[in-house]
Amino acid sequence: MKITCNGEERVMAPGSTVIDLLRMLALDPEVVVVECDGAILKRPEYDSHLLTDGAVLELIRFVGGG
Amino acid sequence: MFDTPDFDTLAGEVAVATAHDVERALKCPRLGRRELAALLSPAAEPFLEAMAARSAALTSQRFGRVIQLYAPLYVSNLCANRCVYCGFSAENRIERRVLSLAEAEAEAMLLHRRGFNHLLLVSGEAPGVVGVEYLEALALRLRDRFAAISIEVQPLSTADYARLFHAGITGVAVYQETYNREVYRQMHLAGPKRDYDFRLATPARGAEAGLREVGIGFLLGLSDWRAEGLAVGLHLAWLRKAFWRTALTVSFPRMRPASGDFEPPRAVGERELSQLLFALRIFDPDVGLLLSTREDPRYRDGMLGLGPTRYSAGSCTAPGGYAEPDAAGEQFSVGDHRSIDEVSAAIRAKGLDPVRKDWDAVFQQDEAA
Amino acid sequence: MLTIAGRTFGSRLFGGTGKFASPAVMREALAASGSEMVTVALRRVDLADPADDIMQVLDRDRYLLLPNTSGARDAREAIRLAHLARAAGNTEWLKLEVTPDPRTLLPDPVETLAATEILVKEGFIVLPYMNADPILALRLQDAGAAAVMPLGAPIGTNQGIVTGFQVRIIIDQARVPVVVDAGLGAPSHAALAMEMGADAVLVNTAIAVAGDPVRMARAFAKAVEAGREAYEAGLGEARTEAEPSSPRTGLDFLR
Repeated sequence: MKITCNGEERVMAPGSTVIDLLRMLALDPEVVVVECDGAILKRPEYDSHLLTDGAVLELIRFVGGG
Repeated sequence: MFDTPDFDTLAGEVAVATAHDVERALKCPRLGRRELAALLSPAAEPFLEAMAARSAALTSQRFGRVIQLYAPLYVSNLCANRCVYCGFSAENRIERRVLSLAEAEAEAMLLHRRGFNHLLLVSGEAPGVVGVEYLEALALRLRDRFAAISIEVQPLSTADYARLFHAGITGVAVYQETYNREVYRQMHLAGPKRDYDFRLATPARGAEAGLREVGIGFLLGLSDWRAEGLAVGLHLAWLRKAFWRTALTVSFPRMRPASGDFEPPRAVGERELSQLLFALRIFDPDVGLLLSTREDPRYRDGMLGLGPTRYSAGSCTAPGGYAEPDAAGEQFSVGDHRSIDEVSAAIRAKGLDPVRKDWDAVFQQDEAA
Repeated sequence: MLTIAGRTFGSRLFGGTGKFASPAVMREALAASGSEMVTVALRRVDLADPADDIMQVLDRDRYLLLPNTSGARDAREAIRLAHLARAAGNTEWLKLEVTPDPRTLLPDPVETLAATEILVKEGFIVLPYMNADPILALRLQDAGAAAVMPLGAPIGTNQGIVTGFQVRIIIDQARVPVVVDAGLGAPSHAALAMEMGADAVLVNTAIAVAGDPVRMARAFAKAVEAGREAYEAGLGEARTEAEPSSPRTGLDFLR
């Protein structure tokens, strides 16, 4: 299945969860916010939230700023 | 909510001020509690000229070369309170009278013809006869003809102030009489006025209700005026922060002989009254300062331009007294008997402009009207 | 001691985390500044460089994070960023910035007020970045802002406090802490803000782009302390003309 992550298309195995995606990208789930189809996920949901074909994800985190 | 600091503490803060503190306060761009205490202290007495100069400069800069004029209209002298110092006190045997709405309107129109656009409606505390219904009905009769109508009556609730605001009342004056709780208890023997805290919270209720202007003050002569001055300044500063939309004024009612032969326990002299007024002006350059006809013409003329921004004129303190100059039952006897034209002439002679209005109530837009 | 929304701060200098040459320099400079609250921004993870993570160098026991909504052009965008910031940082603290004009990055007062009203109701601790408009400061305070952050000068200009007249009024009137933000290019600017009675200042660019950010952070920390000390000590007023020692106003009428 295909998803869009931060504007880039990616192919994921069916049944993948958000945490699978984060692991694949080597991102620490503690510091990344995941917005899936416009809704912000809670951290405990990362393990269980199944990605669906065509899902649009935004992965966001803090950066330097004033 | 504002609470008065302990009165002895205030008196102590004033007492410790030195000449050095006063000089510092006079140079300070923004004064705090300590600086106000210094200006109210005995150490400031030798600096009265310098205080007058600073007060005059700030007043002219902020308000321009103008004096606003107003007249009190006493609608009733009935009162449920027994206040040791007041001519209206319930046990005093004076002629009691409540003006009918028609009589009150006639008095107001007489003042209007004399040139007044700012009216202060005054009564004793008798909610049964001069309650919110009466004031609302009178305000509705007068609102289109006066630029500003304030009330000095019993303390009301926020809802009642809001109701009166919609009827055309623009301001409320409520004086704490004394910020010294112990003296307050001794002076107010009976009646609803015994509740110090309800009275103290009244200016905030008026401001919360949306009134354009709120006036505070204390009766000069009941307690230590220096500590009272510090208390009124702190009350003022608190109101300014809490209600930034509200214009604030302070009055300086100095005890005059009244029916009942009350001798003020802590009489305040002219130099002291002047020091108090200058100190508050320097402390708060934006506050309106009222000097009423309790003071005599020499003093009032001398103070023109030095700090006060508003004068009453041609005042009578007995209900119905404008139509019938011999009306009995006055609250206090007046010190300046001149007419509005004579007072205006004195103001002009000092190079100031007597202003009879500065806002038209007709511009007010009510949401709930 | 400075208190904002019930939390006390030992330092009146707030830091920013933008524009530093490296995370290591940032960490050292923030430590030297003594700041206890630092701003951070929110961005998409750069998938080409996933290891670039500011949170690895920020000790959250030492710094309270103040996420900002930089980049938001209206209230709706700012609110979305606020929700993301809350999720990312597990914090209600928020520096609200709404800057529709990319040239000046001046804040939009109408959108800022609208967003403040909504975010306060949602439980955020809102510190709005604002132009130095005294009435706006009061309106934001009435809407529930925990502090107001007027600008000294447009962001990044290093002009100091060109809005001094209005900032003074804001300080006089505010019931909430006033944090002067933006435009402070030198420690003397920060000291002036503190002498005027500001409760705190926020400095980012001037430290981040200094030749030696660590020493500059230390210089700002000293300036903020000196300015605050001077304010509390009570400054004399600078005068343009001498005052006669015995003025004559004519009090002869007094009896």
